[in-house]
Amino acid sequence: MTSHASAAFDLDAFKDPALALGLVESINKLAPVEGMTLMEVCGTHTVSIARNGIRDLMPQNTRLASGPGCPVCVTSNKDIDTIIALSRVEGVTIATFGDMTRVPGSTSSLLEEQAQGRSVQIVYSPLDALTLAQENPQQQIVFVGVGFETTTPLVAMAIKRAAALGLENFSVYAVHKNMPGALEVIVNDPRVKIDALILPGHVSTIIGVKPYEFLAKKYGIPGVITGFEPNDILQGVAMLARQLHEGRADIEIAYARAVLPEGNPIARAAIDEVFETCTATWRGLGEIANSGYKIRPEFKQFDAVARFAPEVEPTREPKGCKCGDVLRGAMSPHECPLFRTVCTPENPVGPCMVSSEGSCAAYYRYY
Amino acid sequence: MCLAIPAVIVEKKENGLAEVDILGVHRDIALDLTPQAETGDYVLVHAGFAIEVVDQQYAQETLDLIKQFPELAEQE
Ligand code: SF4
Repeated sequence: MTSHASAAFDLDAFKDPALALGLVESINKLAPVEGMTLMEVCGTHTVSIARNGIRDLMPQNTRLASGPGCPVCVTSNKDIDTIIALSRVEGVTIATFGDMTRVPGSTSSLLEEQAQGRSVQIVYSPLDALTLAQENPQQQIVFVGVGFETTTPLVAMAIKRAAALGLENFSVYAVHKNMPGALEVIVNDPRVKIDALILPGHVSTIIGVKPYEFLAKKYGIPGVITGFEPNDILQGVAMLARQLHEGRADIEIAYARAVLPEGNPIARAAIDEVFETCTATWRGLGEIANSGYKIRPEFKQFDAVARFAPEVEPTREPKGCKCGDVLRGAMSPHECPLFRTVCTPENPVGPCMVSSEGSCAAYYRYY
Repeated sequence: MCLAIPAVIVEKKENGLAEVDILGVHRDIALDLTPQAETGDYVLVHAGFAIEVVDQQYAQETLDLIKQFPELAEQE
């Protein structure tokens, strides 16, 4: 390590209770007396808010609603079924992030398919999937590309690396989605009534401020891009309270150490080179134009559906699951009749209970 | 899933990779999205890729702002 690396990077201050106290005090002073509803869009925020007991620190009539920012949760049943169908293709190995394997589709899950003898590998990075392909030339590796703008550029880069290597046994099933379109659906939902948005830190690392500006300008809804330590979140809430107090609606950054106003242009260029936007189906939110990414024709040889044309079973939604309403912030997990009774992390009915970032799983664990 | 963790670059390697130290654990990650990152820099690592170089100066500015917040609220 060079000497300036050891110049300590003081992350602990972002957890310092003394600083938290000052922020809580500010929030209490600034929050509108009639109360406010803030949505934390990102699943990682949902978990951090729950783990750090931040709801208990809010003024009485302030509500923190959990949003749609769990990529596994918003993946539609049809897409899950397609992934399962791909796992049934002779010679295919599915490489995917761990959460995805436990999500129930219409009649099965990747874990159940694995128990039936299909090949499913959990990977930490799309690069691990590339390595699998290089080390197993006889096997077709299909990587499940799930995730928002944070993850999409990584998968784009993995596809570019595969193209450069001339890999013929690597492909991707891409169900990537972008956040702003989903937020527009939510702010237009009369059942939800959001006053302000705690915007996702790492999605914003890639996209910057601009894609959210319509929320402030067109809908008058303030947003603050926030990090994930307790004081990051409290600062985000304090900045939102201040905007509401002053009657302003702007998109601000409370996570300057990781988010530049312009985002990461290299990452955005990688997305645009490999993917084009398309209409995507979100669990709970339905079809949203331009909110999904599909592989461009130039990279078609890496598109798993084009390569294997899997036969997908008819879609059936999980009975009684309210994930759709939970993902919109229209319902708290507690209000689902199956929560904790029928639906538990060991026996999840819907994806919101499977993913570690799902609202139902977070509420099960911490509330 | 959008979890990203700060890590320090220990050594840049060939093929766009770098060895990083993530809370004491060493592993190789890709610098495809942050080609400007140098040894000793902090980067934010998500699923095996650095997605941004963490700016320590901005981190300090944010902390200063947090410290000022109670006074700012007072002035409103
Ligand atoms: S508790 Fe289970 S069944 Fe109810 S909404 Fe959450 S995941 Fe669906």
